[in-house]
Amino acid sequence: MLAKRIIPCLDVKGGRNVRGVKFSADQDAGDPVELAARYDREGADELVFYDITASSDGRDIVMNLVQRVSEAVFIPLTVGGGIRTYEDVREILKGAADKVSINSGAVRTPDIIRQGAESFGSQCIVGAIDARRIDVSAGADPAWEICIDGGRTGTGMDAMEWVEQLVDLGAGELVLNSIDADGTRDGYDLELNRSVAQRVNVPIVASGGCGTMDHIFEVLTDGQASAALAASIFHFEIYSIPQVKAFLKERGVIVRDYDPSLIDIGIADPGSVTARAED
Amino acid sequence: MIAVIDYGMGNLRSVEKAFEHLGCDAKIVESPDQASEATHLVLPGDAAFGDAMSNLRNRGWVEPICDHVEAGKPFLGICVGLQLMFEESEELGTHRGLGLLRGRVVRFPAGERIPQIGWNQIAIKKQSTLLSGVPEGSFFYFVHSYYVDAAEARDSLATTEYGVDYTSIAGRDNLFGVQFHPEKSQQVGLLLLRNFASVN
Repeated sequence: MLAKRIIPCLDVKGGRNVRGVKFSADQDAGDPVELAARYDREGADELVFYDITASSDGRDIVMNLVQRVSEAVFIPLTVGGGIRTYEDVREILKGAADKVSINSGAVRTPDIIRQGAESFGSQCIVGAIDARRIDVSAGADPAWEICIDGGRTGTGMDAMEWVEQLVDLGAGELVLNSIDADGTRDGYDLELNRSVAQRVNVPIVASGGCGTMDHIFEVLTDGQASAALAASIFHFEIYSIPQVKAFLKERGVIVRDYDPSLIDIGIADPGSVTARAED
Repeated sequence: MIAVIDYGMGNLRSVEKAFEHLGCDAKIVESPDQASEATHLVLPGDAAFGDAMSNLRNRGWVEPICDHVEAGKPFLGICVGLQLMFEESEELGTHRGLGLLRGRVVRFPAGERIPQIGWNQIAIKKQSTLLSGVPEGSFFYFVHSYYVDAAEARDSLATTEYGVDYTSIAGRDNLFGVQFHPEKSQQVGLLLLRNFASVN
């Protein structure tokens, strides 16, 4: 059976890992290369690098980080943040990433998704959205607006229409980030995930709001998400990845067991990348 | 030398890196003459079947691959590389494959999310060197919308369930193909690649 995925997200700014609280205040959460190595050892199913600065200088730093990490881990890596052009997509995939996650860039230039999917395949083009709830009259279906620029700017676009368009353009997977929930640790927006999961047929990755293992359980079951992305609960070691997986497994969710001792084939300690981080 | 075939279908560094990590002599090769020394051939691939096949043809790979396989030398197809080993695919039209094994490449039935993305398990149908030490039910990383419907049961070394039970590892003698990405599947993926490297 296909397992539900647990994906730690590394928000990177200026080469340091940072945590976002409603996309504003930052709190330093350690060296990203070191963290990535730890997540790999713990059996993370994928890693996401999110480049918060996404300036051209920042991009080089992040690509350098991703390259160092990818040399030492054997799980898929996704890079997102500030991807505006087809050239950006090509550059990142040519580097070390397996997938690119495109957010505001797709709103501004939807063709990036189409071009990326045509050239590299839908499997490596992730459509990411920042969605903010909008007030609807009592009894009406819930609704969300697409925001851009790290959630700062509303676009007036309806999230449900936009996700359909992203899939039509060729996105092979969607990451749904709730602006309202992000950084609160109060739980994912279950309704958002469920609504999108019922609207489109590609895998859904839930993002924003994770504070407890119950939140992850809820979004993978009620929320119908295929994967859960989380940052701070892992960065600050509130929970470890094996702990989360054991919790989910007890409740009947299919997750991947990862026991590195099961097969000893003399893989170098991924922690060795830590030393190289000083290069 | 393990030659990883670069036919313009994406980033192959992770495959090469995995073999390097295992201490194997692996090299990305862009043309058949660079592969003349190869004891093992690896055919990766992420893109659409039709594009992949026409790139193989245009770069003169079809004959060298068939010769290599006919000579009984180890060959491993990964993802679309596995699919290309079969006769035909229905991805974006009908396209002929290498025809090294009999069967068709078809789309997942409606009902499951497409593409399949993530870690799924294998059920081992037939023991082989490739699977030596690989536990039953191991999880590997998959990304695909089409799967191989093998015509001959004996070519199916392992199956995976996603709406249908399909061949996730195919093989005959020293010819192997895996639908998942061993180079992205942590320890168990590396074990499989090491097993492949040990085939001679």
